[in-house]
Amino acid sequence: MIHQVEIRDLNFGYGDQLVLKGIHLTVPKGSLVAIMGLSGCGKTTLLRLMGGQLLARQGSVRVAGQELNHMNEAQLYAMRRQVGMLFQFGALFTDLSVFDNVAFQMREHTRLPESMIRDLTLMKLNAVGLRGVQSLMPAELSGGMARRVAMARATALDPALILYDEPFTGLDPISMGAIGRLIRQLNDALGATSVLVTHDVQESMKIVDYIYFVSDGVIVAQGTPEEIHASALPFVHQFVWGEADGPLPFHYPGPTLKMDFGDERGQA
Amino acid sequence: MRGAWGQGLRNVGDTTLRIVERIGAVVLFLGQILRHSGTSFRRFSLVIREIYFAGVQSLIIILVSGLFVGMVLGLQGFETLQSYGSSESVGVLVALSLMRELGPVVSALLFASRAGSAITAEIGLMKATEQLSAMEMMAVNPLARVVAPRFWGGVISLPLLAALFTALGIMGGFLVTVIMLKVDSGAFWSQMQAAVDFRHDILNGMIKSLVFGVAVAAIATFEGYEAPPTAEGVSGATTRTVVSSSLAILALDLLLTAFMMKGWN
Ligand SMILES: Nc1ncnc2c1ncn2[C@@H]1O[C@H](COP(=O)(O)OP(=O)(O)OP(=O)(O)O)[C@@H](O)[C@H]1O
Ligand SMILES: [Mg+2]
Repeated sequence: MIHQVEIRDLNFGYGDQLVLKGIHLTVPKGSLVAIMGLSGCGKTTLLRLMGGQLLARQGSVRVAGQELNHMNEAQLYAMRRQVGMLFQFGALFTDLSVFDNVAFQMREHTRLPESMIRDLTLMKLNAVGLRGVQSLMPAELSGGMARRVAMARATALDPALILYDEPFTGLDPISMGAIGRLIRQLNDALGATSVLVTHDVQESMKIVDYIYFVSDGVIVAQGTPEEIHASALPFVHQFVWGEADGPLPFHYPGPTLKMDFGDERGQA
Repeated sequence: MRGAWGQGLRNVGDTTLRIVERIGAVVLFLGQILRHSGTSFRRFSLVIREIYFAGVQSLIIILVSGLFVGMVLGLQGFETLQSYGSSESVGVLVALSLMRELGPVVSALLFASRAGSAITAEIGLMKATEQLSAMEMMAVNPLARVVAPRFWGGVISLPLLAALFTALGIMGGFLVTVIMLKVDSGAFWSQMQAAVDFRHDILNGMIKSLVFGVAVAAIATFEGYEAPPTAEGVSGATTRTVVSSSLAILALDLLLTAFMMKGWN
């Protein structure tokens, strides 16, 4: 089996704080893998490591068999031509129109004639249901629309590896279903490999092949959607069913309530 | 007593080190810009767009300031020269002060606060909203695609703006002295023509504004690119651009003037 992404013994931190500790993770070619976990557990960080925007402190990150830690700038840029990334907050170019945003990579990396760029760009926009907004500026879009445009842009050059950072946030149930199906379709039609970071358990269970749960910087559970669904592990159960009580804390670690609010509130 | 002196001395040392470090960082950054400038010249339309933004935005303020500075120079010069009975030389005074000093320096200062701060804010915001990261992930180097065109746009537009500033300044001087104070128009122009030397005055002035353009554009792009990706980070960087470019312009002006007077000509 060839792995599109292969992460071994990965440690990473910002400053003194270790965010990811000893991560082992593989994404087989052609598969759609989800990474789930609580807010702040390091999912975005993990995606950035796969895109070579952050370099591992220890351990190895391989994309298409190549070790990112050993690449120079030119090799890193060459690798990224094969990678599309949807940023958590869209990151559309605010000085370019929706059309120009999606066409950006075609203009930078190909010598396609303008008429073909136009057709391809409109096709990509059509796939996310936004052909009608091609001439708007990013500031004129809603959050969910911006996310979908960003998705069209991330997949503009049909990359071999697509990294989605929370594609479902801020979408209504109808677009959510449509985007979910689109992610699956892009994966299968292009023969691409996808990594999907998401909080949306129900939606992603429908489309993904494999799920990794990250908590506190380590992978605490993994399996196919069926295995995860049937899992008896307490926090997987808590996460899948969205229960407030369980082993996963809702609060970021900090002083106790009593210390922050004083005695009376703490006791109440 | 001794402790206070020691502390003061240490502060001076620290600040000096920080400034030198910062200058070093800007120079290194300039080197990186130059290395990534290929795209800017292959696709010159990218630079033209930035010349438009940086240059045209600053045009009005440069023209108006040039006119006023020239008028004030004319008034002051007339008053002083009259007491020596040589008020026709006012044209020479106006032209030489503008070409050698005021044109390059004042237009660079205005350019730093108008266009320089805008460049910093724009690049800083693009960084804060992850647009630069997104570009990197699309295998397009932001240094080549975003930073270098803005740098060259600044470097090219400043000498042009300085020339316009000087031209308008001379017009201002002409208006005040010839039209209002009735200095002889022929003497005004002919003395100017006789006194202005192409290499010594015009070319040196151009060299100055080219150097200032490099300094302002490098500082502005550097501050934007290195700005902390937050609202305060970007606003702080914008302020630093104006302050450090202004200081850099004045320091470089002293240095260049000293060189030019001693003469490489
Ligand atoms: N640039 C940074 N500098 C310092 N710490 C950071 C930085 N980016 C993230 N962190 C820290 O790293 C941890 C993981 O952040 P990350 O953005 O990867 O979380 P996430 O899992 O994507 O969360 P969310 O689901 O809310 O997007 C957080 O605790 C955060 O405080
Ligand atoms: Mg995130």
